[in-house]
Formats: sequence, C-alpha cells, structure tokens
Amino acid sequence: MKNSVNNSRREFLSKAAVAGTITIAPGVLLHQTANASTSTKADDEPVSSENRWGMLIDTAKCATGCTDCVDACNEEHGLIGNNRPASDTQYIRKVTLKDKSTGHESSLPLMCQHCETAPCADVCPTGASFVREDGIALVDKHICIGCRYCMMACPYKARSFVHEDVKNQTLSSPRGKGTVEACTMCVTRVDKGGIPACVEACTAENHNAMVFGDLNDPNSAISVELKNRGGKQIRPDLALNTGVRYQGL
Amino acid sequence: MTRFLRLTYVLIGLTLLSTSAIAETPFPTIHEPADESLKCIQPEDEMRRNHMNYILHQRDITMHEGIRTETDSLAKCIDCHVEPNEKGEIAGIESDEHFCNACHQYASVQIDCFQCHADRPQKYISRSKHTSSIRQMLQHTLAAQDPSSEGVDQ
Repeated sequence: MKNSVNNSRREFLSKAAVAGTITIAPGVLLHQTANASTSTKADDEPVSSENRWGMLIDTAKCATGCTDCVDACNEEHGLIGNNRPASDTQYIRKVTLKDKSTGHESSLPLMCQHCETAPCADVCPTGASFVREDGIALVDKHICIGCRYCMMACPYKARSFVHEDVKNQTLSSPRGKGTVEACTMCVTRVDKGGIPACVEACTAENHNAMVFGDLNDPNSAISVELKNRGGKQIRPDLALNTGVRYQGL
Repeated sequence: MTRFLRLTYVLIGLTLLSTSAIAETPFPTIHEPADESLKCIQPEDEMRRNHMNYILHQRDITMHEGIRTETDSLAKCIDCHVEPNEKGEIAGIESDEHFCNACHQYASVQIDCFQCHADRPQKYISRSKHTSSIRQMLQHTLAAQDPSSEGVDQ
C-alpha cells in the first residue's frame, strides 16, 4: 500500500517534470532533470531505504578557485570562521589534485561521502554517528559526547569539531560546542523535497558540476548519468559504497 | 545553656531562611504571545508539566527518521513564544526574560537545548555575509600555487 502511494507520487512528479521540460529553454533542462528526483515523502512519513540519496560531481566542470558551493554551504549552515583555519568547521573542502606524470590538475569539492558502511558510525561509542535509512550519514548531536573517534576513522577527513560557543544557529544546522559535525547533505532540504545548497548554487551559477538525486531510482538524472558516463568513488578499495561519486578523476 | 543557645541560633537561622526565600523568589513572569489568536498545541497546564516529553519525542524521530511535522518542533515553540519586548530587544536564553529561562531559572532546572539551537526566531537573526577563514585559507593556498596571481584578492 505504502509503495503504491509512493509510486503514484513519483509518476506524477516525473510526468510533471517532463511537462515542464517541454516548455522551457534547453539551458534550463539540465536543472529541471537534476531536480526531478527528489524526496516525495510527506512530513509525517519516515525516511525509507527505497531511496539512497547521492551526489555526482564532474571535476571537469569544477573550476580551480571557484568556491560557490563552499560559500552556499557556509551560508546555509551558518558556518562562521573564527580565523583559526586549522580548527574552523568546514563541511566542504575544495581540493586540487595534480597528476605528477602528466601535470594535469583537477579541482573538486570534498565533503562527507555518505558511505553505506560508514567508518564513523562503526567506531562511535554512543551511537551518535549513524547512517539514515536513505543513506545520509549524520551526527545526532544530542548524544554525541565529542570524543572525536569518528574524525579519526573518516578516511576523507570530512568531519569537524566545534571548539567554540555558537549562537544564532540556522534551522538547517543546529550546532554547538563539544560536538562533531559534517556535511548533512542538507537533510532538512532533502526531507522537504529540495536539493542540497551546494548543488543548488553550482547549478544556479551555471557551472552544472554537481547532480543530486536518488541512486536507487534507475530513471533519476544521477543514475542515468552514472550509467552512461560512469563515476568513481574516492578510495574504492575501502569498499564503503559512498553516496558521493566523481567523474573525471 | 549552650544547648539553649544552639537551639536559638537554629531557630533564628530558619526564620531568616524562610522569610528571605519568600521575599527574594518572585514567580516568573511569563510573556504571552502578542497574537492572542495563536493556540498552543496543548492546554497550558499540560504543556507546563510535559513540554519536555513532546520535544524529546519529536527530537528523536526528526533526527533519525526525518519526520518533520511542525506541531511539536522546538523551532515552532520559539517562533511563537520568543518575541522582542517594547524596546524591540530580544532577551537571550541567559536572560530571565526569555520565555524558557524564566521558568527554568525559577525551578532551577538546567536547559541544554540552546547550546545548539537558536534561542530566537530566525526572522530576528541577521547574518552578514562573511568571508570564512576557510575561504581565506583556500585563497592563500591558491595564490601560493599560482605564480601568475599577484595577491590573494579574487
């Protein structure tokens, strides 16, 4: 019963998306399809493993020096630096990779990779680090004791520790001293059928280097793109089945 | 004699304690929402006694199951109950004029919610666009890597 409701919703949405794409300019088409596969759950409905949210990042389209995604993230989550770069919170880092043999450089945003078998959740002594049914890795700060084991365990160095008092937090990111935090894939937006702030900014600025969507839905833009052009995980040898994939590495 | 003295001291002490308690602990003033048409999710006496259970229940299902109904959400409590006073100032959580803190201070119950959650509605928070130190660091790194760039301003 529940499945049929979801399917009819999804069908309705995909039809709506097709109807939308016919009438708009080609430039907007990618934006529309990228947004088509988002959450359709009602507010009082729990998340389910029917969805697996993921991101696909095309490093060829990601410019060195561009920080639009990082800025959007900082604004969305109210991340204000204390001029201590070594310890200030960062959800997204821009990383530049250089192939020494060819000299080829690529730039990419690196954030929590939302692993299926997440090392952070494995080592957490209180159960504060966990992976939601729909594949989003989170920290439950209500039960986080700030031990930072997860920061040690994360192979992507994706997590930060809040060292200082925080005031006037945003609704999307309640955060406070003594807890660990990381990219939440903008879970409050995703639950309401939206897309993460970084993807939105990247698309709005017409870079189109990031696609967000449902990896479990074979018709979503992200799954189609992965099927056609492929996408790599960073450190696939760890077999973590990350939700964030990269092209052009 | 000493026993009598001791008893007197104790009696005097008790009298002082009780009178000072009555004199110095006024009941908290609770600010009603300015918009009187607003109704709380439950009657007042139920909320006074059990508000923490509603919030705690909602906390766990929101965090772990992504259920985001607005009725029991802490942010909704704050939206209605925290308002600027006549001077246009908003009392922070440390002030005994803050809706939550007024009672919590009176009951001497520590309140931890606002170590992470905003103590006022989002519409009263102004956020200036900032350049985070992360971005500054990134620009320094990029400038150092790129011999053609002269400064860190980009």
